[in-house]
Amino acid sequence: MLNAADMATLWLTFKVAAIATVLMLLIGTPLAWWLARTTSRWKSICNALVSLPLVLPPTVLGFYLLVLMGPAGAIGKFTAWLGLGTLPFTFPGLVVASVLYSLPFVVQPLQASFTSIGEQPLEAAATLRAGPLDTFFSVIVPLAKPGFLTASILGFTHTVGEFGVVLMVGGNIPDKTRVVSVQIYNHVEALEYTEAHWLAGCLLLFSFSVLMVLYTVLKTQPVAHPLK
Amino acid sequence: MLHKHLFRPILAACLLLIAPVTWAETVLVAVAANFTKPMTEIAEAFEKSTGHKANLSFGSSGKFVSQFENGGPFEVFLSADDKGPIKLEQSGLAVPNTRFTYALGKLVLWSATPGLVDDQGQVLSKGGFKHIALADPKLAPYGAAAVEVMKNRGLFDKLQPLFVQGENIAQTHQFVSTGNAELGFVAFSQVIDNGKIAGGSGWIIPSDLYKPIRQDAILMKTGAENPAAPALMQFLKSPEALAIIRKYGYDLAE
Repeated sequence: MLNAADMATLWLTFKVAAIATVLMLLIGTPLAWWLARTTSRWKSICNALVSLPLVLPPTVLGFYLLVLMGPAGAIGKFTAWLGLGTLPFTFPGLVVASVLYSLPFVVQPLQASFTSIGEQPLEAAATLRAGPLDTFFSVIVPLAKPGFLTASILGFTHTVGEFGVVLMVGGNIPDKTRVVSVQIYNHVEALEYTEAHWLAGCLLLFSFSVLMVLYTVLKTQPVAHPLK
Repeated sequence: MLHKHLFRPILAACLLLIAPVTWAETVLVAVAANFTKPMTEIAEAFEKSTGHKANLSFGSSGKFVSQFENGGPFEVFLSADDKGPIKLEQSGLAVPNTRFTYALGKLVLWSATPGLVDDQGQVLSKGGFKHIALADPKLAPYGAAAVEVMKNRGLFDKLQPLFVQGENIAQTHQFVSTGNAELGFVAFSQVIDNGKIAGGSGWIIPSDLYKPIRQDAILMKTGAENPAAPALMQFLKSPEALAIIRKYGYDLAE
């Protein structure tokens, strides 16, 4: 069965994934909106940059984050200058790394659903004298709801399943950076297969339940067109 | 005319070229990551002296053990510990009575910053650092040895809150070399150059402060029929191989 250390890693994983998902939605929404609407020549470059974490193997990305966020790295010098210290081996560092790693999984579904809304609903909202914020919350958000749900699901689950990045920047500190994927890996490496099977089983069951609930919600609440 | 004169010598030369190829075999070797550099050199010497070729795969010993248990193809296993080979011996996957200690690992307290670590390790009690890196003691023998050293010095409880743990000794070295951890316990073989610690500062920990880190090799049953596999096991005990092992900062088993 699961011991206290295993339970702690499950809880920590959930915390990292939840915080990272909220942050990714906050960053990803304006970014995806801009990418969906802009005709700027920077668009392709930005699109490529956002997708880049998909290409790099996670441990490689993790290694360069370790270098960049370390005391000799650019980000590390910046955070030290801010008086925050350096990010590796800390919970916030884990969240920052997760956001960078999983951001494409949030931006891309959002961008796709923003693009599919098209001009018409926005023009209609404008003729009804809706301000930009009002338009966003009463027109775009309801229309893009499936996009938001998909983005949250993908961002959350991808963070839960992440391993390489965490392994590199985390330092395997109990209750601070030791997440469930690292713990399962450690069990396997220590040849403790029973413990590994239990923990992996719980992780699968948990993820399956979360996904099923979300997809059920997605299915039973068809999006009403706010302008019809 | 010319053709006739040249035909026989050329044919002979061709046969001579083929000869070693037909007699030589290739052996698949699973090598613990910390032994990457010395083993690469030993494999070259092995090829030169026996004509056999050693194909090396590097990785963590724990992963290799689970691969062996699920049909891994390697014929010789050079582990970072003695636990894995003993397990494979007991489960009947390895050839009995072939296990031996090919190297003893040496532990170093190391920092990328010159002058931070003194040659007596007093820095451990003095403090003045935020993180101290070590390999996960549950997974890596170098990690377990590091814990032993701190316990022997009576500093374990004081230092434990500062621990950052690498999954293996290579990752632990990255934590220290990038400066994210001010100092850490790494393998001497990782920081050695010409018999001395290259760069930064370090303390070569006296071997009476920790139990010997035995790195065992074992012949797997997959390699029992391949003449190159026992030949490599034998070559690991040759003076030539022992000199290479020593050069890279390992001790030899008595």
